[in-house]
Amino acid sequence: MDKRVTFKGWLLPLCLIAPQVFISAVFFFYPAGKAIWQSLFIPDPFGLSSQYVGLGNFEFLLSDPFYRQSFITTAIFSTLVTLASMVPALFLAVLADRLIKGAGVYRTLLIWPYAIAPAIAGLLWLFMFNTRVGVVAWYLGKLGYDWNHVLNGGEAMGLVVVASAWGRISYNFLFFFAALQAVPKSVIEAAAIDGARFWRRFFTIVLPLLSPVAFFLLVVNIVYAFFETFGVIHTITAGGPQQSTTILVYKVFSDGFVGQDLGSSAAQSVILLVLVGLLTVIQFKYIEKKVHY
Amino acid sequence: MATERSGMVERRGAGLWLTHALMIAGVLVIFFPIWLAFVASTVTQPEIVRPPMPVWPGDQFLTNYRAALFSGVNVPVLTMLGNSLVMAIGIAVGKIVISLLSAFAIVYFRFPFRNVFFWLIFLTLMLPVEVRIVPTYEVVAGFGMLNSYSGLIFPLIASATATFLFRQFFLTVPDELAEAARVDGARPMRFFIDILLPMSRTNIAALFVILFIYGWNQYLWPLLITTDPEMNTIVMGIRQMFPSGDDVADWPVIMATSILAMIPPVIVVISMQKLFVRGLVDSEK
Repeated sequence: MDKRVTFKGWLLPLCLIAPQVFISAVFFFYPAGKAIWQSLFIPDPFGLSSQYVGLGNFEFLLSDPFYRQSFITTAIFSTLVTLASMVPALFLAVLADRLIKGAGVYRTLLIWPYAIAPAIAGLLWLFMFNTRVGVVAWYLGKLGYDWNHVLNGGEAMGLVVVASAWGRISYNFLFFFAALQAVPKSVIEAAAIDGARFWRRFFTIVLPLLSPVAFFLLVVNIVYAFFETFGVIHTITAGGPQQSTTILVYKVFSDGFVGQDLGSSAAQSVILLVLVGLLTVIQFKYIEKKVHY
Repeated sequence: MATERSGMVERRGAGLWLTHALMIAGVLVIFFPIWLAFVASTVTQPEIVRPPMPVWPGDQFLTNYRAALFSGVNVPVLTMLGNSLVMAIGIAVGKIVISLLSAFAIVYFRFPFRNVFFWLIFLTLMLPVEVRIVPTYEVVAGFGMLNSYSGLIFPLIASATATFLFRQFFLTVPDELAEAARVDGARPMRFFIDILLPMSRTNIAALFVILFIYGWNQYLWPLLITTDPEMNTIVMGIRQMFPSGDDVADWPVIMATSILAMIPPVIVVISMQKLFVRGLVDSEK
């Protein structure tokens, strides 16, 4: 993929590309390199010197029950967020797709939770479930259910999952809706003439045609749950109770900035780097495949 | 014609109404948290702390919003809104400018290390700021950029997504245009400004929407580098409005602030819906 027609000269293009390369070098590569470097050392408690420990930080992390727990928490959290944001979105998109009139209005109405920051979403849900003033918590209490996400880890997880998934429903809806609109009507009609009912048409024709979009959204939502939900967790639970909502990204923050454990935080950053790398590769593999078709 | 054609696979009568009803129910469920926040921002503190709070708006709208905007809790919300605006626009414009330039260089020139630079930029796709917060924080602190707009903006403007989008777009621009410009003796920058930029208008606008929201909604980064309340952005500043310890939070003012924090990105999304949807689908795929 190259242009045949190009301009001459090398100084100008170097100047043009310089700002981006400079910023990437200063704010991306240098810090990433430093994270890798720091992950090999343990600083002394006064931060005056540090001792080289090789892969010691990693070994320690991988044998640390808290870190392992954080891995499991992240896995549960991202699975739930992905499901809770994709399934309702698909359902709404299928409904909207069946409408000839009004689908556009619903799209406008559904689009805007996307614009709301995860941290604000966290705040809204915290407000509803707040143990002291939350309306939903209060009604649950009336029904005989004592809601307390400050003490109950399972409830805390449920709350951060819902708050994280909420805004994502809009995002997923947009993609599913666009994909559904692109399904050729003639195929659906042919199946209808052959007597296939709605649900049968849906599972045998529409769903397979949606699978590339669904797979793309799966990866994107996992990335979202891993890295962009920090605001939700920080506002609602701050990782608690008893670390039951401490996902990996939150742990990098709490160990690095609150706990000041720089070696461990750096090692965690490196592990996350590898994870992002893997997810990105998967995403690009998928795009390549899609271009092929 | 279209209605007739799809009429066959469209349920009619009860089915159609059921679809509408489910759709409306879905929209209402999604709206409920925002509605409650809005109601909370129009009533008095005692009405909230004695649950259940009212479900319909009260008459304290002006009082609460005035209190939030002009006095806030730590700092007037107006200040935080201003900071968010500078940050979001700075990130959007900054990213678009450096990406346009670098994409132009990569597509329209052959120069030493072109591929190396390309891959360097490509790699930055993989490094969200959340992953490398501690060392990036140290770099920014080292430059003395804590509590400054440049500290809020620069570390977030070097992502590769915009560069790739423009590269992709430039590759689809017919070669004849560059050829003609070259034959006419136009300098590369003339071609860039007179031809390429006007052609990229819609892409630039769509990207602006997405990047504005990205910048506006940043949380972790401003949380780390703005210790001075005067520099707080609204999205992270709300968290600072909660009292530490057992004091009761000033819910009406906090909820008014959260509504204010939503308005700018929501306006941007709704008013530029078409562009935004296009930009989203293009840039993510």
